[in-house]
Formats: sequence, structure tokens, C-alpha cells
Amino acid sequence: MPAPHRDPRLVALVAAGGTVGVLARDLLTRAVGATSWPMATFAINLVGAFTLGLLLASLRRRGPDAGRLLHARLLLGTGVLGGFTTYSALAVGTVELAQDDRLVAALAYGVGTVVLGLGAVALGTAAGRSRTTA
Amino acid sequence: MIVLTALAGGVGAAARFVADGLGRERLPGPWAIVLVNVVGSFALGLLTAATLAEPWSAALGVGLIGGWTTFSTASHDTLDLARDGRLALAAAHAAGTLVLSVGAAAAGLALL
Repeated sequence: MPAPHRDPRLVALVAAGGTVGVLARDLLTRAVGATSWPMATFAINLVGAFTLGLLLASLRRRGPDAGRLLHARLLLGTGVLGGFTTYSALAVGTVELAQDDRLVAALAYGVGTVVLGLGAVALGTAAGRSRTTA
Repeated sequence: MIVLTALAGGVGAAARFVADGLGRERLPGPWAIVLVNVVGSFALGLLTAATLAEPWSAALGVGLIGGWTTFSTASHDTLDLARDGRLALAAAHAAGTLVLSVGAAAAGLALL
């Protein structure tokens, strides 16, 4: 068996998941509309980090990263949640706030997303490890 | 336009998966994803400065580049390093990814 990233079916699985994740981010961002602070991307990244922690801990608890568990990780984790969250919009959004002379807002957005994202993924991981169902 | 953006996002996510896998063959650990995010941030900076017309701006920026970069995996990679007891490396990973990505985005925005 080739490594996962050399298996065209698994690459297609990630692409399918990524399409869904990006669609969800696009729709949510459009629904929120233009804001003076990138609220939508901020919330999307935190929710995505929490959910990835939850997903990976749940999968790890169920067994080794192979077969259907590998497929679920690639479709939902690498694909859906990887596409749902974004680092490029975080980086550009931070620069744009700084260029507007809103340095405190830029710092709060950039550092705040990273620090809270770490908390979110840790929280999701703890939840995924302790759950007895699902 | 929304469909085009979503499909471009699928391509971006698949490209990230392959690039991460190829990167890990040479350098294990989270470093390929760091590079993916820095390159993507630079590309989105360039694209933002270029002010393309729709639907290309959304398809490339929100879709392709947004699907290529990822925040969830970056956070999870930091957590993995911290849980391994490599706290200094975890802090460097989180801070380094942010500083390099923001710097790359600023460079991309300034270039055009």
C-alpha cells in the first residue's frame, strides 16, 4: 500500500472534505458580512481547532490510524476541518488591522486566535478522550 | 461563485495533504505545515494586493489558498509538542508560525 498522500483515492477523500469545509467557511463568512474586526474567521478557527482535537482524540481511542479510522481522519480532519479553518486569512487580517493603525486589535486578533486556539484544541482533546460514547 | 470557491478549496486541501506527506518524508514533525501556512499567507497577501475581480478573488483567496492553509492542524501540532514535554519547542512553533505567517502576508501585500 502506498503512503496515504501517494494514494489517489485518499487524496480525493481529502479534496472532498476540503470542499465541504471551505463551503461552510465561505457561507458563514458571507452570512456574518463585513465587520470591523474579523469575528467570523476568529470564531471559525476556534471552533475548528476544538473540533479537530475532539475528532483526533476520539479516533485514537477507537484504534490505530488505519482503515476506516484513517479514512475518517483524512475526510473530516485533514479535509473538512483543514479547509474550514485558515491561517492565511488570519495572517492577512492581522496585517490589515495593523495597517489601519489598530495595533492593539491586530495583536489581540493574531495572538488571541493562536492562544485561544491552543486552549480550544486542548479542550477538544480532553473531551474526546473522556467520552465513553461516540 | 460559491461552488467555484468550494471546489478550489478542495484542490487546496488536497495539495496541502500531498505537500505535508512529501515534506514529512524528508523532515518528520509539524514543519511542513508551518511552511504550507507561511507560503499560503504570502500568497494571500499578494492576491489581496492584486485586487482581482470576482469570482477569481474568492476562488483563489477563500478557496484555493484558504483550503491550502489550516489553523486547526497548526494548533493541534503545537499541542502535540507541548504534550511531549517539549514546551519551548511548542511555544516556538506557535509563535514562529504566527510571526512568519504575518510577516509573509505583509511582504505579499507590500510587493504589489
